[in-house]
Amino acid sequence: MSATRVQLVAWHVFKEGARDRVLFTMVGFAVLLFGASLLLGQLTAGQDLKIIKDLGLAVIEVSGVLMSVLIGVGLVAREIDKRSIYGLLARPLRRWEFILGKYVGLLMTLAANVAVMTVALYAVLAWMQWTATPAVRASWEAPALDPAMLVAVVLLMGELAVLTAVALFFSTFSSSALWSTLFSLGVFVAGQFSGQLRELATAVGSRAAGAVGTALGLILPAFGAFDVKSQVVHGLAIPLEFVGMTMAYAALYAAAVLTATIAVFNRRDFQ
Amino acid sequence: MQSVVRTEQLTKDFLTGFWKPRPGRVLDAVSFDVPRGEVFGLLGPNGAGKTTTIKLLMDLLRPTQGRAEIFGRPVSDADVRQRVGFVPEQPYYYDHLSAEELVQYFAGLSGLSRVDAVARTAAVLTRTGVRDEDRRRPLRQFSKGMLQRVGLAQALVHDPELVVLDEPMSGLDPIGRRDVRQIIMQLRDEGRTVLFSSHILADAELLCSHVAILARGQVVALGKLTDLTAPAMHGSEVVVSNVNAEAAARIGAHAARVTEIADGRYCFELAPGERPEPVIAILAAAGATLVSVSPVRASLEDIFLEAIQ
Ligand SMILES: Nc1ncnc2c1ncn2[C@@H]1O[C@H](COP(=O)(O)OP(=O)(O)OP(=O)(O)O)[C@@H](O)[C@H]1O
Ligand SMILES: [Mg+2]
Repeated sequence: MSATRVQLVAWHVFKEGARDRVLFTMVGFAVLLFGASLLLGQLTAGQDLKIIKDLGLAVIEVSGVLMSVLIGVGLVAREIDKRSIYGLLARPLRRWEFILGKYVGLLMTLAANVAVMTVALYAVLAWMQWTATPAVRASWEAPALDPAMLVAVVLLMGELAVLTAVALFFSTFSSSALWSTLFSLGVFVAGQFSGQLRELATAVGSRAAGAVGTALGLILPAFGAFDVKSQVVHGLAIPLEFVGMTMAYAALYAAAVLTATIAVFNRRDFQ
Repeated sequence: MQSVVRTEQLTKDFLTGFWKPRPGRVLDAVSFDVPRGEVFGLLGPNGAGKTTTIKLLMDLLRPTQGRAEIFGRPVSDADVRQRVGFVPEQPYYYDHLSAEELVQYFAGLSGLSRVDAVARTAAVLTRTGVRDEDRRRPLRQFSKGMLQRVGLAQALVHDPELVVLDEPMSGLDPIGRRDVRQIIMQLRDEGRTVLFSSHILADAELLCSHVAILARGQVVALGKLTDLTAPAMHGSEVVVSNVNAEAAARIGAHAARVTEIADGRYCFELAPGERPEPVIAILAAAGATLVSVSPVRASLEDIFLEAIQ
């Protein structure tokens, strides 16, 4: 194993992302949106801090999810399609190092973009803090520059770590970016409800339907757990233990998906 | 003599057909050895299985049966590729990288330190003829010939002992072909082993000591090039000028066919097995001028057909 080779592959994913116009546009759009919410804040004199926080976190999440899936599904498939992979695998690069490098590189890219958007959101909130009257400030459930928002961002990164692994998985055996995108987004949406699916399964009378529901509920990533936006916005405390457990779940789930991805990729012929 | 590449009964089936996939045999028990320090040509018409063989050697495909070894290690051992350079057929590299970035990236993957990668990259790009002003341009702006040069550069950057080239001359202009030939000869002179594929016998004749000829996935001829092509020599053509009709008849006695080209210039086609030297010897006495002698060899196609029958 060579950490250097993994790093090199990861670094090139990151570098390509830095030159990606779509990515720039998306982050630029998010930052612009935060700027626009400033105007809204001006109009209502800081009454809607909650809305801006909620909206801001949601925009970061949606951009992160779209980047993860749109870049992730092409990361391996495009290399196979264009045959650039021949040059890479003709090196002492192991196939699993290639997959791991791609994964780490995309996660780094996502982290950088999420960081930029988070800073932009905090800048808007700082402005609101600065301009709000003491009366308005007193009405806020949580301070404008609440560090708890960072907890939401950390959990979002956990969610993206899982989703990126899923997108990469589809990327290794389907050359159709459309299908991989649909499947990955499908897993994302269904994963939001995996908790409900399990509950539903126990409520349903039929045993077969119940078993299917339980299985799906267990297999699909429990993305619902990563969503703490409303707690954060309302200033409710999020136990550290919960954050730790959820992130550990993300790490385990991502590792399992990556292992499956590597197993598939190891057996592949490049025709 | 130690072999650098060895394949034993290498066989590859591809599943074809969407609804009822059935295996089609693309490579059938291919065995050959590439001796150290030699230029080895893997020859065959389109679809013969050259690229399939090379991909099996690079572990990009997995054999259905048989085995392949490089430097005595199975090709599945990734460390073997530390000592191998490879240029794929129709190479594609990343559009957004420059020639320099690409070669440095690949050098890093082969374990070169950053400093070494930079120095070696500059050296190999010079060697393969990528001009200074092109090195920082994105590869998307490169022509096919320039890309092939970058491909060669990345294959040589880590100083490999074995260089594998899939159709290195295809799509190149005469200057490009000559340059690639020169590089291959230099590599051999440096003691490296070269394995390349081609469907053009002339390329092989200029470069190879040993060849394997593939047809329909099978080795139909294998060995030293001279041994293979000598019996396939199909006579020669002697072109002569300043010949009068009487001398033409005398010389023509040796020829299988005589064609008057124009103004006392004749082409004498000698039968297979007939040496051109006796004809040349009588030219001076007849007051004729020798224009050219060219051996007429069997085309690669002919060798295949003979070998298959
Ligand atoms: N993925 C595949 N599925 C099915 N058949 C394939 C596949 N790839 C190649 N073949 C078949 O295998 C045979 C050998 O192909 P290969 O590319 O090795 O030939 P080649 O000798 O390199 O030819 P060329 O000179 O055209 O490059 C061909 O008949 C081709 O149709
Ligand atoms: Mg080929």
